[in-house]
Amino acid sequence: MPEFTMPSLGADMEEGTLLEWLVHPGDTVHKGDVVAVVETAKSTIEVECFGSGTVERLLVEAGTTVAVGTPLAQIGAAAPPQAAPVAPPVAGAVDEVHSPLVRRLAAAEGVDLTTVHGTGPGGTITRADVDHAAADKARTRPRATPLARRLADVLGVDLRRVTGSGAGGTVRADDIRKVAGHAEPKAGPKAEPRKAEARKAAAARTAADRSAAMRRAIGDLMSRSKREIPHYYLSTTIDLAAADTWMRDHNRRAPVAERLVPAALLLKAAALALHDVPQLNGFWTDDHFVPATAVHLGVAVALRGVGLVAPALHDADTLELPDLMRRLKDVTIRARSGRLRGSETADPTITVTSLGDQGVEAVFGVIYPPQVALVGFGKVVMRPTAVDGLLGVRPTVTATLSADHRASDGAVGARYLATVDRLLQQPEQL
Amino acid sequence: MTREEALGIVKEAITSIVPDADFDSLAPDERFRDTLELDSLDFLGFVETLSDRTGCRIDEDDYPSLTTLADVADFLTDRCWRTRD
Repeated sequence: MPEFTMPSLGADMEEGTLLEWLVHPGDTVHKGDVVAVVETAKSTIEVECFGSGTVERLLVEAGTTVAVGTPLAQIGAAAPPQAAPVAPPVAGAVDEVHSPLVRRLAAAEGVDLTTVHGTGPGGTITRADVDHAAADKARTRPRATPLARRLADVLGVDLRRVTGSGAGGTVRADDIRKVAGHAEPKAGPKAEPRKAEARKAAAARTAADRSAAMRRAIGDLMSRSKREIPHYYLSTTIDLAAADTWMRDHNRRAPVAERLVPAALLLKAAALALHDVPQLNGFWTDDHFVPATAVHLGVAVALRGVGLVAPALHDADTLELPDLMRRLKDVTIRARSGRLRGSETADPTITVTSLGDQGVEAVFGVIYPPQVALVGFGKVVMRPTAVDGLLGVRPTVTATLSADHRASDGAVGARYLATVDRLLQQPEQL
Repeated sequence: MTREEALGIVKEAITSIVPDADFDSLAPDERFRDTLELDSLDFLGFVETLSDRTGCRIDEDDYPSLTTLADVADFLTDRCWRTRD
């Protein structure tokens, strides 16, 4: 029976508080439906369902703070709930022949091969099977046997902190018992006092607490980034005259609601340039680079006075400028009012920060792990610029790139910034 | 539209973007965009609300005359007086 678990809503999230259920037992849900509201250290997020079916049981009450991966609800098949239970996966049956590629892919995607049905010759698991499983699977749920999961829940053990001794690092019941220091599980109902405490704690959280939690979350992630990622930095100044002229012309003809801001053009160029330089779009996982299959552009949004979040503009490379602009406005407003979607906070493949409005000319950012690059745009500045041998005063912007030297070298980064520049010279094609 | 009405609309437009904006500490000739840290999206939203509420077209070329509360109120009373019904 599929469980709906506390999703990881960003690399820096360890736990979340379930603020509100938007569904009840008996409700039919579809993949992508918003089913709950979760509060993390950084924001309040609407969480979507990963599968379709009927809500059978809510396992966690509103107000409870739980670790990422904790089951929140049981969701039954869309058909009658009792319909044909799928045979439980046999732990240890993983020793069929998988190619190293498949194993690597599975590790990268966090797919437990014991639960994947192989469609290759002799039941071997193919790359497509893993892709499929990854797509179906709840986000970054730790691999664990169902018993281990239940035990962890009862004993209050954070699954993600347990080193699994099972196949492919799967956490088994024994691992949990070892960590919890118990030989056997307590039989009683699960820790009511903990819940009550959590509820009280959540209620008592003041704005100051939230701000402190936000600083801590940012601090942890950025420290990890600087500790683990060998950053290299590049910078270039881009002539924006063509883009600016084109945008002003567009804005003169468009109603206010459809006007563009320079940031929209910069973001689109940043996304499109990844087609030419895909080495910067993806994740550094298990000592190698895993390219992303789509461009989900994280956009750093400053939350007035209380930090920042970087929600994703999904498939930013395919969005027409007016659409991108609309999405940018929408996501910015929701980031500030605290209503982002889980899918937006979880999966940016590269992040862009634009501090131009705060008056600085260049920003060299810190990469969000496990991403491998961060693009920065400064303020649009009028600068004397030589064009065709003549000096003119033109609008320019300084574009920067912070990139992970494990995943790429300076030449690759240079090609990326040059591509962004080239794209911005033809704004009508953005 | 009186200047008083215009100022009311300006404050309303700002409040829709910065809900806790403190107008008591904001001088009429202060650059509110800097003080309130409005980015370009915020400012566009501000202009959008002004246009909606007054029915008056505000072009990008007008943005420089919208830097202080007093400026915006003047702009609205001048410009929108003629264009409104």
